[in-house]
Amino acid sequence: MNIMAEIAIICGICLVSEGISALIPVAFPASVIALVLLALLLFAKILKPEHIQRFSGFLVANMAFFFLPSCVGVMEHAPAILRQLAPFLLISFLTTPLVYLCTAWSVQWMIRHARRKGGGTNG
Amino acid sequence: MADAVLSSPFFGLTLTAAAWCAGCWLQKKTGLLLCNPLLIAVALVIAVLSLLRIPYETYSVGGSFIQLMLGPVTAVLALNIYNQRAILKEHFLPVLAGCLVGSLTSVGSILALCKVFHVEEALTSSLLPKSVTTAIAMGIAESHGGVAGIAAAAVMVAGITGAVFAPLFAKVFRITEPVAEGLAIGACSHALGTTRAMEIGSVQGAMSSIAICVCGIITSVLALFL
Repeated sequence: MNIMAEIAIICGICLVSEGISALIPVAFPASVIALVLLALLLFAKILKPEHIQRFSGFLVANMAFFFLPSCVGVMEHAPAILRQLAPFLLISFLTTPLVYLCTAWSVQWMIRHARRKGGGTNG
Repeated sequence: MADAVLSSPFFGLTLTAAAWCAGCWLQKKTGLLLCNPLLIAVALVIAVLSLLRIPYETYSVGGSFIQLMLGPVTAVLALNIYNQRAILKEHFLPVLAGCLVGSLTSVGSILALCKVFHVEEALTSSLLPKSVTTAIAMGIAESHGGVAGIAAAAVMVAGITGAVFAPLFAKVFRITEPVAEGLAIGACSHALGTTRAMEIGSVQGAMSSIAICVCGIITSVLALFL
């Protein structure tokens, strides 16, 4: 598909999501609504992966780049963060591996448990 | 003349793209895990702005164009999920359970640590959503009396920690299931961690994208009860 058509489809979905986000009474981010909408369109076979392949490919391949300005924006809040730097860093650093550990172990346990139970049928 | 140059959107765009290239180059040259392109690029941009005494607003004239793309970037993660639908179907329950455990651990541990360190309430509210993606985190922080900018900073610290150390976590915690690894990366370090997960493998990348979405929704709901 024409690359401009791809851009129009993806930006259009984001635009509709902004509208939905403004309509619903709770604060729910438009970007996540866009993700859900696009997933629905794909699963409903209304959109095919080929329809958005190239623009998506470009965005995903360079994903981290798009976070750069937001990260730089942290310098705006440097004084507030510096005032409580130790707890800020400690909490942000420590809880990350903890969340990783709890998530990974529970999922790994469930998968292995299911595999042991279904072992007879699946080989 | 300098003003005209700096206030042009091209200033922020050029600086960001150039800093990104420098970060990638350094990563390739050194091969060091800590030389994460994003980390290097952020440090470079902040250094340039600070040294030349250029205010953030000037930079963000161009920077906001890149920031705008975070919407489409998040949206197209749907494609990763779609492409891995077979694995998602097979592991539907572990995905849901894992994201619930991850979100509860994140919110619970932050609340507990903030109590231990006697952290001010405003900072606690800002730290609370730090494991979810920036857009959701800022919304949650603000609706609970926190500062969106601090939430974004905490999200970045969590994201960079995950992006840099994800392979190390897998080794230390002996995680060998790709599905478990991917979900864990997404649960603890959102889209930034996902960039790393996609490098590790396509299953990890897809699971990580799914975790962003599911954890984001669960955390938003959890936050309503706090």
